[in-house]
Amino acid sequence: MTVTTDLVSYEDALATFEPVMGLEVHVELGTKTKMFCGCSTELGAEPNTQTCPVCLGMPGALPVVNATGVESAVRIGLALNCEIAEWCRFARKNYFYPDMPKNFQTSQYDEPIAFDGYLDVQLEDGEVFRVEIERAHMEEDTGKSTHVGGATGRIHGASHSLLDYNRAGIPLIEIVTKPIVGAGDRAPEVAKAYVAELRALIRALGVSEARMEMGQMRCDVNLSLRPIGTEKFGTRSETKNVNSLRSVERAVRYEVQRHAAVLVGGGTIVQETRHFHEEDGSTTSGRVKEEAEDYRYFPEPDLVPVAPSRAWVEEIRAGLPELPRVRRNRLREEWGVAALDMQAILNAGALDLIVATIDAGAPADQARKWWMGELSRHANESGTALDELAITPAQVARVAELVSSGDLNDKLARQVIEGVLGGEGDPDTVVEKRGLKVVSDEGALGAAVDEAIASNAAIADKIRGGKVAAAGALVGAVMKATRGQADAARVRELILEKLGVGEG
Amino acid sequence: MTDSTIIKLTAAEIAARIASGELTAVEVAEAHLARIEAVDEKVHAFLHVDREGALAQARAVDEKRERGEELGPLAGVPLALKDIFTTRDMPTTVGSRMLEGWVPPYDATLVSKLRAADVVILGKTNMDEFAMGSSTENSAYGPTGNPWDLTRIPGGSGGGSSAALASYEAPLAIGTDTGGSIRQPAAVTGTVGVKPTYGAVSRFGMVAFSSSLDQGGPCARTVLDAALLHEVVAGHDPMDSTSIDAPVPPVVEAARNGSVQGMRVGVVKQFRGEGYQAGVVQRFDESVALLKELGAEIVELDCPSFDLALSAYYLIAPSECSSNLARFDGLRYGLRTGDDGTRSAEEVTSLTREAGFGDEVKRRIMLGTYALSSGYYDAYYGSAQKVRTLITRDFEKAFEQVDVIVSPTTPTTAFPIGERADDPMAMYLADLCTIPTNLAGNAAMSLPCGLAPEDGLPVGLQIIAPAMKDDRLYKVGAAVEAAFVARWGHPLLEEAPSL
Repeated sequence: MTVTTDLVSYEDALATFEPVMGLEVHVELGTKTKMFCGCSTELGAEPNTQTCPVCLGMPGALPVVNATGVESAVRIGLALNCEIAEWCRFARKNYFYPDMPKNFQTSQYDEPIAFDGYLDVQLEDGEVFRVEIERAHMEEDTGKSTHVGGATGRIHGASHSLLDYNRAGIPLIEIVTKPIVGAGDRAPEVAKAYVAELRALIRALGVSEARMEMGQMRCDVNLSLRPIGTEKFGTRSETKNVNSLRSVERAVRYEVQRHAAVLVGGGTIVQETRHFHEEDGSTTSGRVKEEAEDYRYFPEPDLVPVAPSRAWVEEIRAGLPELPRVRRNRLREEWGVAALDMQAILNAGALDLIVATIDAGAPADQARKWWMGELSRHANESGTALDELAITPAQVARVAELVSSGDLNDKLARQVIEGVLGGEGDPDTVVEKRGLKVVSDEGALGAAVDEAIASNAAIADKIRGGKVAAAGALVGAVMKATRGQADAARVRELILEKLGVGEG
Repeated sequence: MTDSTIIKLTAAEIAARIASGELTAVEVAEAHLARIEAVDEKVHAFLHVDREGALAQARAVDEKRERGEELGPLAGVPLALKDIFTTRDMPTTVGSRMLEGWVPPYDATLVSKLRAADVVILGKTNMDEFAMGSSTENSAYGPTGNPWDLTRIPGGSGGGSSAALASYEAPLAIGTDTGGSIRQPAAVTGTVGVKPTYGAVSRFGMVAFSSSLDQGGPCARTVLDAALLHEVVAGHDPMDSTSIDAPVPPVVEAARNGSVQGMRVGVVKQFRGEGYQAGVVQRFDESVALLKELGAEIVELDCPSFDLALSAYYLIAPSECSSNLARFDGLRYGLRTGDDGTRSAEEVTSLTREAGFGDEVKRRIMLGTYALSSGYYDAYYGSAQKVRTLITRDFEKAFEQVDVIVSPTTPTTAFPIGERADDPMAMYLADLCTIPTNLAGNAAMSLPCGLAPEDGLPVGLQIIAPAMKDDRLYKVGAAVEAAFVARWGHPLLEEAPSL
């Protein structure tokens, strides 16, 4: 098989072909225990410490379904506007792999718990695109293999592999779209928006933190091209484990260009899995699927069928939270912000933080200002996500409160934030320790102004002579003398007052 | 009381004597351990004897009694455990090289129940590898002899458990029954074996052969003893999703009040004909006549789907087994072959399975893998499931007309070791009468109904009851047993040659 890395330009590709996408997203549920045993799902434990005979697939061990896992699956299904099966079974997906203890994965095959739904996603210009959902089904995660001794970290060339079964048995929901057609040149954007919307939905439902960088949400991108105006789908490639929103967009774009190059050059697309490379956004061939893999699915005899009663399903439906798109539109109206600003908030991952800050008592504009300004800058500089910064919405709300009350000015507030992020304590502690307080004592302030006028006589004269703009220099002197802890506006007022000059 | 008297006591008698102080549990354990020492070299019922563990458990029972604590109905009674249940303190090999020396990190639910009931576990018994077989010849550790004739098979897969009973090495045993592995060994050794309703006894810690068919159950020398053990090991287990969440049927009460008066007993026409030994048919017909004498009404039944049961079974069981046994890859526990630092995991798995699995196990893994393959699934696994549904319906229809069904347990008496070893089809026929019950999930018992005139070997009578009506087996079984013992003047087993 020859690997082609020649690409056709995206625009040229789209002039001839229409992309058809299929997205498969795996979400690790945030249940306390695994899907079929009582082991903890906590991340970061020592390898193989969160295991038992069941998730290690010991002889004689049997699975028992995690009821919370089923409930989460139903919640996801309902939020995706799916039908919920009245009766469905688990199935065994048989294949050998060392990180799968039983050498079969307990999954669902032709009887998914949720099917035939859709998710409306909003694109950057506000257009809404409907993505049809084929199914959402329950399954268990595998363990983790670490291949040691090779150059690539892949099994090829490795001297040995280490196995950690802590992840084995963690509940997964796999959400599969129907073929996404009609996105045209916006296919990459639709793919990204879909995954983003799905992630927001999963988080809103409280069923998972869905952190892609932690592997809690993983996306496979299937893509094929067909000549514009034709019906028949082309052969697809399956790009596995595309694990960030940006990567989803890039992978679609790359595959469109690669497929186009092959097809334009008279070649045929090979049905295969492909690996995505973060560094340059390219994909390379994984294994070729010459024929459909035979997983020898059959109904899992160790588990009884899952039969969610209609009453229970309706109870869950009634308890669903406000869904992200509805909530976003509501908040945008409440806050009176432009669509683009709202998009920026979303892109920054700041929405929930801002809402939490408002809930903690901050005015909406203040909450937006701090998260989208100072805190976004810190996050960018340190390369972390906003919600990973060492400051809580409640602390931001407190800073905003101190500004509103006049105890801090913006400059001091920035120092307080810096202190909180630096681990110096909560805002009040930082204010206390650093001695950051606006000097509001008129006497002390008056004395500082007098001092500044006296030691800058020339400037004072200019001001008296009508050059009001020169007051800035005196303000600066006072601010310096008070170590920034004065209210600059009030200082300016005092200077002009003392020099007997009116504003403008 | 001498050792030779103690070992002939029933479990109920032993428990009563320990409770009254006439015997200590230690005396009872020692008598059985001495018997094992004396005869098991010939019989080879046990793969592992836990002398120290058994005596410690027996001492604990005696101490409990001395403290005046109440004892359970089987406290201090020794038991032989099929080596398919996980035990923390003993190896669990499932008769396979694959798990040679493997000591599991956990106890099966059934084992925990036995321990909680103060039953004294003597050791683990021989079996066909992974419970696949009808003769115990497929054990990786050598065959077990039938105490009636050591050159003959003791049945299988649970031949070790039934041989332990028939040789008086233990008054109680545990077996598992996927297609007849409790009942067929009971039949050919002249003992009692019960396959409870599917889901009655927890499968947690019972190494899986075919998950939708496997069922643990009691083995004993009398119907009452089987009932006492049934009551100890049955019951809902939250660790087994397929376990029945309902009270255990009143099996002990039924066994104490045996009667068939006014009962409707079905005789299925598919359970006779070609392949049935004349002496087996003769003893079966006599049993039916006896039931009639005892006040039962005999009803002829036609269950056409039963003719398809064997074929369906040999698709479903291998299919499930091909998946259940996939975990034996040499990576986490048990045998690992060929790991010399140069071979890939895949190669090591392949070498391990080549070395660790016997021929019959490999045959069934291949059959099952094929039957589940895409393109063949519908024709094989799918059709077999349809047959399974038909069999269940035939049973349902039958039980609208009758309270229980009776049949020979097995078409022939014990055959010579080696006779069918190279002919899997002939071996599979041993389970002709037992398999339909597994496919339908209902309950069945085998108990002795005499010796076949032509070879002087035991014949088993099978009683089949609807699911959840296990108590009917004991009610009918106890009546038949009492009538036969009265007729013979002694339990059948007393006619067995001494070892």
